[in-house]
Amino acid sequence: MAQVSSIADEQPPNPLSTTKSILLRISRFNPEFDDSNKFMEFTVSYEKWTTVLEAILDVKKHHDHSVAVRYSCRQATCGSCGMLINGKPRLACFTKISELDSDVVTVEPMNNFPVIRDLTVRFEKLFNTHQKIKPYLIRDDTELESDEREFLQSPQEVEQYIQFANCIKCGLCNSACPTMATDSSFVGPQALAQAYRYVADSRDKGKDTRLNIIDESHGIWRCHFAGSCSQVCPKGVDPAMGIQFLRGYLLGFRS
Amino acid sequence: MKESTIMKIHYGTALASVGLVAVHILMRLTTGFSDSLSYENVLANYRSVPYVIMLELILILLAVHGFNGLRVILLELKQGRVYEKAVSYGVVIGMIALIGYGSRTIIMTNMGMV
Repeated sequence: MAQVSSIADEQPPNPLSTTKSILLRISRFNPEFDDSNKFMEFTVSYEKWTTVLEAILDVKKHHDHSVAVRYSCRQATCGSCGMLINGKPRLACFTKISELDSDVVTVEPMNNFPVIRDLTVRFEKLFNTHQKIKPYLIRDDTELESDEREFLQSPQEVEQYIQFANCIKCGLCNSACPTMATDSSFVGPQALAQAYRYVADSRDKGKDTRLNIIDESHGIWRCHFAGSCSQVCPKGVDPAMGIQFLRGYLLGFRS
Repeated sequence: MKESTIMKIHYGTALASVGLVAVHILMRLTTGFSDSLSYENVLANYRSVPYVIMLELILILLAVHGFNGLRVILLELKQGRVYEKAVSYGVVIGMIALIGYGSRTIIMTNMGMV
């Protein structure tokens, strides 16, 4: 028994482990009590594979459990943990500290969203604009009335929209958009990219309806093509390209 | 008017302005700089029907393009139903006023009032 115990107590050094530490600066703000945000600093140790979300959760576990952060899947699928990391909108679960190449990591809530508390923001407007562009296939017929059981598409037809179907509604594109920073009524790159996703889908018959929705004074024409939305998307969606294609439809270059 | 129609006009006026202003500059280059701006030469330009039509077109194109650009900037600056209506009507009034004032010079010259 004693022998088993001594074996269990042994902690062989992990040859992969190269523990370092960083200064994690977390923006703290509660709109009910605070006039402006302030930063709290924590020293956090990390490994090569440690993500920013894991570092924040480490702070919650060992230093301050009151830090407000939204997260769920931890694998860049749910789109919950978007935040500004060293000034750039990113997913905390998809950003490794070692990739940031900095001894100081600053996390703040996303721009262009109302803050609920600390790193958590309200998504109502994002979801409302997403819903506004009718993010579903519009058809007069249904597959139940048709002889075929599914609407077949060629690989070329799928290629037209498939990258836009990868959107996880994390809001990073809206956070990076300079137009959204000044125009609170702007529909935003997320909704516009999703409008294109359905307009470009060969199964969809709601093109005119969607184009009418985005063709208004705070719609598609307010995009300045800064391209920051495409730069920050963690899923490789290119909203700026989708917006230009939509403009092509409205200007008569595409049909 | 639909925003896409307004933006088609916006882009169209920009392209047409570039073409016509290029012609205008080339016409200025046919004479020396000081001659080009001499009183008699300017009056002669205003009395030449094809040239005066081109000047009037440049005035209209730039007024439409410029004031619509101003409308877009103001709409992005601030939002609100009353404010946006005021901006839209304001730029149309400004556009008409500028075209009216520019046209007045041409009309006065051709009526012998200058």
